[in-house]
Amino acid sequence: MFHSNRLVLAHFWVASIAFLIAAVLGEWQMYVRSPLHAWISNPELYYRSVTAHGAAMAYVFPTLIAMGFGYAITELALKQPLIGLRWAWIGFALVVLGTVTAMVPVSMGLASVLYTFYPPMIANPFYYIGIVLVVVGSWIWVAQMSINLHAWKKGHPGEPIPLAMFANVAGAYLWAWTSVGAAIEILCQILPVALGFKSTIDAGLARVFFSWTLHAIVYFWLIPAYIAFYSLVPRAIGGRLYSDTMGRIAFILFLVFSMPIGIHHLFQDPQVGWGIKFLHTVFTGIVSVPTLLTVFTICASVEIAGRLRGGKGPFGWIAALPWKNPMMLAVAFSFVMLGFGGAGGLINMSYQLDFAVHNTQWITGHFHLIFGGAIVIMYFAIAYDLWPHLTGKALSDVRLIRIQLWLWFVGMIVMTFPWHYVGILGMPRRMAYFDYSHPAISPEALSVTITFFGGLLLVASAILFIIILLRGHIGNRISVPMFQFSVPVHPPTRLPAALNSFALWITLMIALSIVNYGYPIAQLITLKQSSVPAIPISVQR
Amino acid sequence: MSTERVVSLKNIWFRGSVGAVIAIAAIAGLIGFVWVPSAQSDTAFRGIWDAICRAAGVPESRRATQEPAAAAVRPSDVIVTPQMMIQRDSDSAGRGATLAMQCTICHGAAGPGAADSPDLAGQHDVAIYKQLRDFKSGHRASAVMAALVQNLSDQDMRDLSAYYADLPRTSSQGAASGGQQAIPLIVQNGAPMRNIAACESCHGESDNKMGSPRLDGEPVAYVRAQLLAFATGARRNDIHAQMRNVARQMTPEEIDASARYFSSR
Repeated sequence: MFHSNRLVLAHFWVASIAFLIAAVLGEWQMYVRSPLHAWISNPELYYRSVTAHGAAMAYVFPTLIAMGFGYAITELALKQPLIGLRWAWIGFALVVLGTVTAMVPVSMGLASVLYTFYPPMIANPFYYIGIVLVVVGSWIWVAQMSINLHAWKKGHPGEPIPLAMFANVAGAYLWAWTSVGAAIEILCQILPVALGFKSTIDAGLARVFFSWTLHAIVYFWLIPAYIAFYSLVPRAIGGRLYSDTMGRIAFILFLVFSMPIGIHHLFQDPQVGWGIKFLHTVFTGIVSVPTLLTVFTICASVEIAGRLRGGKGPFGWIAALPWKNPMMLAVAFSFVMLGFGGAGGLINMSYQLDFAVHNTQWITGHFHLIFGGAIVIMYFAIAYDLWPHLTGKALSDVRLIRIQLWLWFVGMIVMTFPWHYVGILGMPRRMAYFDYSHPAISPEALSVTITFFGGLLLVASAILFIIILLRGHIGNRISVPMFQFSVPVHPPTRLPAALNSFALWITLMIALSIVNYGYPIAQLITLKQSSVPAIPISVQR
Repeated sequence: MSTERVVSLKNIWFRGSVGAVIAIAAIAGLIGFVWVPSAQSDTAFRGIWDAICRAAGVPESRRATQEPAAAAVRPSDVIVTPQMMIQRDSDSAGRGATLAMQCTICHGAAGPGAADSPDLAGQHDVAIYKQLRDFKSGHRASAVMAALVQNLSDQDMRDLSAYYADLPRTSSQGAASGGQQAIPLIVQNGAPMRNIAACESCHGESDNKMGSPRLDGEPVAYVRAQLLAFATGARRNDIHAQMRNVARQMTPEEIDASARYFSSR
């Protein structure tokens, strides 16, 4: 039992509740736009739901998981009580307050602008203020991570930072820098319009600022999952981490390269030059390197576990793996989904190929597979792994956990594969209804119906997840063994200073951001007559 | 570790990482900004600096000749903005009421009557003002209206718009002839495969796009005639050909159904 367990529990619970509500909303959206339901008479209801689903799944859920897991890592890896526990609660309160502030206008239909904002659409100001509060709450967490790490370094000069904490702080710094883009967009562009001080907005510039945040936010979501790959999986399945250094390099590469690549979301936007787009394509390609390094390292670590359990031959070790262990199941599912999702991602990042799939259901399929699949299934695994240490009670029903993970995996495949397919057929995303009786659209009807049933499996899995966590609170109290992270094959005793500090990498991250974003932003700011009238979104005008 | 300096050319991690990032950026830049533009066959290569500027997205200076030259090719002289009607003063509607004396034969306060001319009571001021301007400039043709608007000043047109916008809406024909009809699919959902947005998205009861008129209670014959005029291109004062693109794609049955529906509302 550690000091901040109530703090971590609070983060995980609010995240899980937001996740469950958003999952149900997502399934409702799939239902009304499928051939199983008549055309929705009021499309605004659909976009209202998409806004709530997106904002909860993209901002609230992963941010709270990253924060909660980050606090846990700080105590468990550094083996010192969390400094600034009161501030951590203030940060948590801000995130919760922000969530409520944003969701009230969303549910009233005053903010159906989706979580990506899409100026010149302008929602009720409280929607944006709520999201700013969520981000400010998470910035407190960033500061906490930095402060705790520095305090630890003072007491342990020259010692290698534990890998989990190193990665955690890399994720915090990444988030601090990448959230600046959307923060500038909201504070300098959107809020003045939403509050009535201005009536026009430069939508092109706003999109560039949002792309600054939009891609690296994915890596912020992803880092808890990768921390679990490196620091929980090998331990949980009885293996060793193949390389601690490789892990550090992977997280450093994420820190440097995941931010200055966001313009690949704007491939079809006319306000950015195509030379700039090409530059971002190249760097997007590079950001696949840390993922490939990770897949290699983790497969090697899992192989060590298989061989330690007596597996022989080139493939025999796979059969020898502990397949009944939830963590084993989660990492296998995660890698399968990461493989398919990553392959699709390589298509999206190719400037030419993107033309074929841009703004189609392919994209929706892609990010649900990567984030909802590969990453969220590791969030489940993290929760299951931490839960006994948070509650002091055993999570005894391993079979239920396995069912939950299987349901999530199968549901995600059944939902996202047909989405990719209809995307290739040309089905646009973000549509409230389709005329399936039309000859050009009717071939999509079957696939869309299948996705609905995939979604049902996901909702069932989400409900099971909540039930398992709830039951974790009412089990028998046990004496929980000390929490341990994975042990590397060669534990680092001395590291090059570059692999044990962040200054160089943060400098590179900022410099590369300026190189890749400097010109488009400067040009759009100085360009005259690029603003358009804002369009207020509300039920009543 | 404590003695080792990271930011130093002596540190191999520093040299390696900074060097690699610079090299990648430089090579990507050379390919994207120099090589690809020079290899493209569709645009003439006019030197490296020009290629870099084009790849970076520097806007070419707009030449005057690129502007649409003749007023006739434009659908309207009116630029519709949210601020265009805010200069109205408190007497505007009063002056408009006086001016409207010459309009009452067709656009009477008691409704359109049998003339099938549009009912203007409660119409959006932007919509009235734009049509008056278009009649005057000749962008919208009407033998009757062209003569009547000839002597109206800009302020007159604003005053008339303000007056009619302030009038309470008269009861619709539908209310008189047995209630509102069921909403046709074309009005509620449009026809996405024919690129027709829902009529409601611009002419809705609660949802109105700047410049588009309220159609509720307008005469069936008028709405139908306008849709047909848009479809044939006889009427062309819709900005960006919005209505022409819609009406061309509508079937005669849909035109009829939507005209009847709006009239009944």
